[in-house]
Amino acid sequence: MANRSFSASHLPGFATIAILVFVALYTPILTMAIYSFNAGTSVSDWQGFSLNWYAVAWANDDVQDAALRSLTVASAATLIATTVATMAALGTTRRRAFRGRGVIELMINQPLMVPDIVTAVSLLIFVAAIKVATGYQGLIYLIVAHSAFCVPFAYLPIKARLQGMDLALETAAADLYASPWATFRHVTLPLLLPAIIAGAMLAFVISLDDVVITSFVKSGGQDTLPTYMLGLLRRGTKPDVNAIATVLLGFTVLLLTLFFLLTRKRD
Amino acid sequence: MSAAEQAQSATSVRRAWLLSAPALVLLGVAAAGPLLIMLVYSFLSPGEYGNVVRDFSWDGWRGILWSEDIFEPGKFVLADAHLTIVWRSIKLSLATTLLTCLIGFPTAWFIATKPPNFRVLWLFLITIPFWTNLLIRTFAVNEVIRQEGLLNTYLLWAGVITEPLRIIYTDTAIFVGMAYVYLPFMVLPIYAAIDRFDMRLLEAAYDLYASRWQVLRRIILPIVKPGIIAGSILVFVPSLGAYVIPRILGGGKNMMIGNFIDLQFGQGRNWPLGAAMAVALLIVVATALFFYTRATSRDDAHG
Repeated sequence: MANRSFSASHLPGFATIAILVFVALYTPILTMAIYSFNAGTSVSDWQGFSLNWYAVAWANDDVQDAALRSLTVASAATLIATTVATMAALGTTRRRAFRGRGVIELMINQPLMVPDIVTAVSLLIFVAAIKVATGYQGLIYLIVAHSAFCVPFAYLPIKARLQGMDLALETAAADLYASPWATFRHVTLPLLLPAIIAGAMLAFVISLDDVVITSFVKSGGQDTLPTYMLGLLRRGTKPDVNAIATVLLGFTVLLLTLFFLLTRKRD
Repeated sequence: MSAAEQAQSATSVRRAWLLSAPALVLLGVAAAGPLLIMLVYSFLSPGEYGNVVRDFSWDGWRGILWSEDIFEPGKFVLADAHLTIVWRSIKLSLATTLLTCLIGFPTAWFIATKPPNFRVLWLFLITIPFWTNLLIRTFAVNEVIRQEGLLNTYLLWAGVITEPLRIIYTDTAIFVGMAYVYLPFMVLPIYAAIDRFDMRLLEAAYDLYASRWQVLRRIILPIVKPGIIAGSILVFVPSLGAYVIPRILGGGKNMMIGNFIDLQFGQGRNWPLGAAMAVALLIVVATALFFYTRATSRDDAHG
């Protein structure tokens, strides 16, 4: 062969573009993370390493409040969304096609299709009416709204796992006179658990990240971390926003890595 | 089918609905229901301090494109401000789709032609920004392109420019931000299309004396086309409905449809107009997604 390094899949310039894309993708995020440790107040002038901005952010009662509220809403929404998504996945997969399955899937996947701002204002209209009628201003609105848009994210990995799962074990359990509940509890659930955990983690990340829907549904003084950050951005940026953002970023990366390991081992 | 089988199948269907019921109720209450209420609101009249009064009116829908002449009540003229916003949304979304396509295709190709072990790593690197908080990514872009940001500091230091570039709070800033944020939506479906492709076809083509250009046009492009179509819709749809990115990078003046809707529910105090615009946006998005499902399911049937 004349040219031994010839590769049929090589296209000139593609690798260069790809590398530049990865550099462009990570430069802003990494800059933000690095400068959150800057001793000075600038994002372009490095004045030495310091955890000062983390301390500033942490000492801020509003930040602590918002963080706690974010975690409360995300935990409750994850629990609700994962439960109903698991049930729905058990309902819609591994049976003969039936009328209405398309409708169920459309309903469940709807939050993936409707733009955030549209969902947000429609919930604003709905919630405003309920608030006037009942006078209740609590966290329930946020929890229900978050639960709803988290459902498809929990549903998809669980459904994927169920579709790839063999019915033989469950049939065997039923043949041995296990009740449907016992079969589910001792056979299906343990097999499904990694997917349920994976779905729950995605739901958690999605709830924790939401800013648009939250800012339209929340009552006064119910900031979550993202809406609090949005408020700070409006008043001009300070490195304490960097610090909060970096913590959130680190948390997302951690959960995603776990998600990857959890879903990959099974293949 | 015997009677017993039929009875069993009916039980199975009933169980399917029972198991799905909690999810359907939740999404009915907090997703589909509110959308229907919003549809109703788009046909009502605005209240003086926001909200609506219960009088039927077409004004919300008409207000998307026309506004009443201040001097001649009853006469309607095209609302330039609204048209500018709609046009900006369409223009920037198309530009974003085009740019992400031009740089997303080489990126997806690069990942797909790596050895399998490395492929997972590169894919993971694309996935991290994909799942990272939109607000954080927008904020990170802001830190790079703003007046005293990283880009200007670096360019000034390198002597490329003598005055800081004014990118922030322009359409360009929104464009850059959207391309940055939505790029993974383009790369992942194109990657999926390339991944199913048998690379030996390329060798066969070269063996038959095809030129690189012919290979790209005749073999590679037809194969990645479904991925490009899918990616384009997945980028175009959220771009059109973008809210956070134009709000932060556009600085309030350079609004897109999402910000226009927000405005009507806030200072604008015109809920029916906001609701009508939101429903209109939803219809456009649903149409685009309809073609998307059709394109991808046809692709599945063949592949």
